[in-house]
Amino acid sequence: MGWDLLVITIAPFVVSLVCWWAPVALGRALTLASGLLSLGLALGLVTARTTTAAAGWLRVDALSVVFLVAVTFLYAATSIFAIGYVRPGGDGTVTTRYNRRFFAGLNLFAWAMAMAPLVNGLALLWVAIEVTTVVSALLVAIDGTDGATEAAWKYVLIASMGLGIALLATVVMYYAGSSVFGAVHELFYPKLLGSAARFPPEVVRLSFVLAVLGYGTKMGLVPVHTWLPDAHSEAPTPISALLSGSLLAVSFYAILRFYQIAQRAIGPTFPREVLLAFGLVSLAVAALYLARQRDMKRLLAYSSIEHMGILAIGMSFSAPIAVVGVLLHVLAHAAAKGTAFFGAGSMLRKFGTKDMTRLKGGVGALPFSGPMLVLAVLGLCAMPPFGMFRSEFLIVSGGLADRHDALVAVLVVLVLLATLGLTWFSTQTMLSPTAEGVLRGETSLWIVGSMVVGLVALAVLGVHPPGQLSDLLRRAAHELGSGA
Amino acid sequence: MVPLLAATAPPPVPSSFSGGAEAIAVLVLLSEFAMLRAPLSRSQVRLYAFQSLAVTALAFFVAATQHVPELYALAGFSFLLKVVFVPGIVLRLLKDARVDLVASNRLGVATMVLLAIALSAFAFFVVGRLPVRSHSLPTPALGLAAAVILVAFLLVMLRSDVVSQAVGFFSLENGVSVASLVVAAGLPLIVEVAFLFDLLVAVVVFGVLMRVHHGRTQSLSTDVLDRLKG
Repeated sequence: MGWDLLVITIAPFVVSLVCWWAPVALGRALTLASGLLSLGLALGLVTARTTTAAAGWLRVDALSVVFLVAVTFLYAATSIFAIGYVRPGGDGTVTTRYNRRFFAGLNLFAWAMAMAPLVNGLALLWVAIEVTTVVSALLVAIDGTDGATEAAWKYVLIASMGLGIALLATVVMYYAGSSVFGAVHELFYPKLLGSAARFPPEVVRLSFVLAVLGYGTKMGLVPVHTWLPDAHSEAPTPISALLSGSLLAVSFYAILRFYQIAQRAIGPTFPREVLLAFGLVSLAVAALYLARQRDMKRLLAYSSIEHMGILAIGMSFSAPIAVVGVLLHVLAHAAAKGTAFFGAGSMLRKFGTKDMTRLKGGVGALPFSGPMLVLAVLGLCAMPPFGMFRSEFLIVSGGLADRHDALVAVLVVLVLLATLGLTWFSTQTMLSPTAEGVLRGETSLWIVGSMVVGLVALAVLGVHPPGQLSDLLRRAAHELGSGA
Repeated sequence: MVPLLAATAPPPVPSSFSGGAEAIAVLVLLSEFAMLRAPLSRSQVRLYAFQSLAVTALAFFVAATQHVPELYALAGFSFLLKVVFVPGIVLRLLKDARVDLVASNRLGVATMVLLAIALSAFAFFVVGRLPVRSHSLPTPALGLAAAVILVAFLLVMLRSDVVSQAVGFFSLENGVSVASLVVAAGLPLIVEVAFLFDLLVAVVVFGVLMRVHHGRTQSLSTDVLDRLKG
């Protein structure tokens, strides 16, 4: 048992090494194969029970599988997109060397993100997330422009400081554990969860707050989000998609692991209040900043902060339906934000700019990816029939079931405000008449294909999520102690 | 409420030892203060090496008094990495860049030090109120570790050059190391090694980005990094 976990642990890493020296075409093909293989194995785990491998150092339960699916889905979709987006010999910046470094980095980044939900225990979780930081910081800087260098420096500095605090949270949780297990233990989840009720409450409380602050830095919670818009807008577009759709989710996963322990040790009230405070501030700030963005990728970055705020608020509701909604939201956000970034990448390739005041007539110029970008933006605004409509609907009904009526009203108003900001500029950019001299046509069919994949997944999540997936979400919500 | 550790703790450490350990922990904090105000990038890096040496000494101390043989290996690793390798890399970078003095104080030296003292006092007293009992090091060392972490944040915020900011992050990690020696000395070796390996990778990435930054701007100041906002 557990061979599938080992394959996901090994495949992207090996492909990353191969990409360093293999011919570019082989590297691309292997990246695609590894992405599809990882996604297939992750989907195979949807119906599986809790699985362990590698002497207990790897372990997936329902909660991990939800995040593993989000990461591997975007890994697969991005590897399709990257084949069309990063083309050798296009404008002179994409050399063979760039190609090798890019695809090696892409696989390594995806590998580190997949490791985070796969590993067993808070310590290795921290290690995996720190690896995502260093790999993705280099990928943000890979274009070598002034903006990319500045964004990468801010990102690596702020995220590393945040993860320093997360490491402190891990150490403090270790201390809480050693009051039960004695001085030496491994911070494995089953042990921690089994005995959390006997941990000293003040210490767990401290550890939880430090964890939310530390991992919240990587998740993009306000006020520790400041690296996020810069890194998302300056990174190469495939990396932006992974940063936004998977990396933020993985950091949220780390917070959920602390939440799981904290709510068994000190009850759910305090962790929920902490998440609610961060979530509300994040949602409010993002909704206001969305209205003043002129850079297309920056706009999408603020939309990510908005959705991370919604996730945190959703976790503060006690109704199980809200927690199911939060987990579905993670999957839907991966699909929708990935597709939207792919569309932004298509626009960037076509027009050579992300400045929305100069972008006009996207739908006219790009017959397929243009309309699909509009759909993805509508998906991000939680319009039916897309997955986010369903997930936000579940979160809101959970809040109403909880009798948090005023809070739900604030949530809905802020989401509407964000919708306004997001749709205003994107529709102006996309639906205005196309300028003279712009040829109608797609830049790459691979880009179109990746967007089709993302939109289909998003629609499936919204219209009729498969029974096994709904069951998985319910089991994961149960693991998070919802209904308690 | 008192953790079980207190009950299972070995006989109390002789007081001269605990006094020595506390003195070393104070040195860790003092070197953080010195980094905050040191004008030369080179001396900041040397202070970091000194601070790492003090942290390594604490690890040896815990290994000897608690009979945790793995900690010897860990202390050895951390000596090689944090006292030799990291400062070596940054000093070499400084030599190549031929820049040593970067005017980077956002506040006057006196104001910075006063702020640092206030934050340290805050950390020390807040942590003192936590129900934490250590059996490996004197418990006040935890308050000192928290103070190191907060002053490291000040260093990153108040000095606008890449060397200060990188050294700020590295010394934050030293603060967390001291905290983990106080409350988590039994952390499994494989986990500790993974932490150190991560630090190593982070150092390489900081080094690469510092080089890129210097290559583009011919300076180590971060004041030019102001294009992206809003």
